[in-house]
Amino acid sequence: MSLLHLNRYLLGLATALILFLSGCGGGVQSALNPTGPQALNVSKLWWLMFYVCGVVFVLVLVVTCIAFLRRGERNASPDEKPILHPPEEKEARKRNVVIAATAITTVILFVFLIESFFIGRGLTAELSRKQGISIELTGHQWWWEARYMNVDASNIFTTANEIHIPVGVPVSFRLKSNDVIHSFWVPNLSGKKDLIPGKVATIWLQADQPGLYRGQCAEYCGHQHAHMALLIIAESEQQFEAWTRNQIQSAPTPTSDSQKRGQQVFLSTTCVMCHAIGGTTAASVFGPNLTHVGSRQTIAAATLTNTRDHLSQWVTNSQVVKPGNRMPPNNLSSDDLQAVLDYLQSLQ
Amino acid sequence: MKALRMLIVGTLALICAALFLAACKREQRQFQPPPSNFKAQQIEQSDLRPGGAPALINISNPVEENAYEVAEGKRLFTQYNCAGCHANGGGGMGPALMDEKWIYGSAPANIYATILEGRPNGMPAFRTKIPDHQVWQLVGYVRSLSGQLPKDVSPTRSDDMNAHKSEQTSEKKKPVNSVVPKSAEQP
Repeated sequence: MSLLHLNRYLLGLATALILFLSGCGGGVQSALNPTGPQALNVSKLWWLMFYVCGVVFVLVLVVTCIAFLRRGERNASPDEKPILHPPEEKEARKRNVVIAATAITTVILFVFLIESFFIGRGLTAELSRKQGISIELTGHQWWWEARYMNVDASNIFTTANEIHIPVGVPVSFRLKSNDVIHSFWVPNLSGKKDLIPGKVATIWLQADQPGLYRGQCAEYCGHQHAHMALLIIAESEQQFEAWTRNQIQSAPTPTSDSQKRGQQVFLSTTCVMCHAIGGTTAASVFGPNLTHVGSRQTIAAATLTNTRDHLSQWVTNSQVVKPGNRMPPNNLSSDDLQAVLDYLQSLQ
Repeated sequence: MKALRMLIVGTLALICAALFLAACKREQRQFQPPPSNFKAQQIEQSDLRPGGAPALINISNPVEENAYEVAEGKRLFTQYNCAGCHANGGGGMGPALMDEKWIYGSAPANIYATILEGRPNGMPAFRTKIPDHQVWQLVGYVRSLSGQLPKDVSPTRSDDMNAHKSEQTSEKKKPVNSVVPKSAEQP
């Protein structure tokens, strides 16, 4: 490789690195952009580890370089005999350096261990307070089911892949899995926690600023693991109250003829076997609850934005978008499809 | 001599490779279900057939040699609440599926028609409610319950506690279909 090539190569690498690192800075899914107490703790731990390890790394490199250079000096005269019995005080000095370095390393690792232990425990600690919001989050292949718990059973409701929370209020999650191990991770708000079948795990988080945060399944769970995301929308108390009041309601009754026909198609074909729509006979729990699907920003576990085109594509043949997902292709006539889309979009 | 030995070794290697590749088929996953080319006849209410009974043809299940599809059938068996009446094959309100008795025939086409069109005295029709491909997956699983499928295709384990042995280890029961009603015959 010529020098010119090497230069270009290095320049390219540096540009890529800068782009890569700038990707970490902000965004809706970044552990380096914490917006809650939990994520703040995690990021503190990360920066502590980053700086300490960075300093250690540089020190080790410097010492290694010095060792190389010194060896070069010594070998300058080839006639010199190897030193078999080095002076005692020089050996003692070297020994002290090694002992000190080992001791410092041990201390650093212990600091990391203790810090990591307490932060990890803080993430998963059960919320002892009575107020606050409790959500039961169930992982499915490949989407999230969120059930907002309430002491009043009539106020419990289920939604999917989009979780609204009020700003500044701690939200506790009970994590379950319906099939395999998943992992819940919203980097801006919290550390991650596995959803294990047959077991209930808990985690809590809090958003200090309103905004949209993206979470992602962080444990490989099969074919469409990469497309198993969820959105957390942090909003003001009033907005959250309004959203909750709407979610508790049954689905709105279809008004136009097309919507009525859409409902009829929905209830008389394959849709009804897996999905639930509150206030209708559709009550299956194997697919996402569609009671207010029209109000969501995304469909298919935050894979597609919730537009009519995407919805149409998904209903007709979701296997093109997420191959292997549990929803079979649907062979609806064009009229029926448009009616179903009208109906689904009306479910605000 | 050397050439002959090379030839034998080469042939053996080829056979092994072919066997290896053939074994993949049982796990092959097809996410785009092929279009169905088979339609179940309407369930007939009587043995009288205007125009006479058409000749019987043997229709095989397109997914019956694939372990993944049969496992999907097992999942759907619970999901679509077949277990609500048939339990885990032992039967309850509906007849047992793991024994040798078949009221409406044990052939894949019979079971396909049973699921799609229902049968008198309780079995509901799932026409328009379950896509064709999934019906075939269910057919495969229902047949595996009494050991009608090859051992390498039948499901090996259950996710939940199950009183009976896995479908794979259940012995093959010879179907007793002495009195398949005429109406259950598939043209």
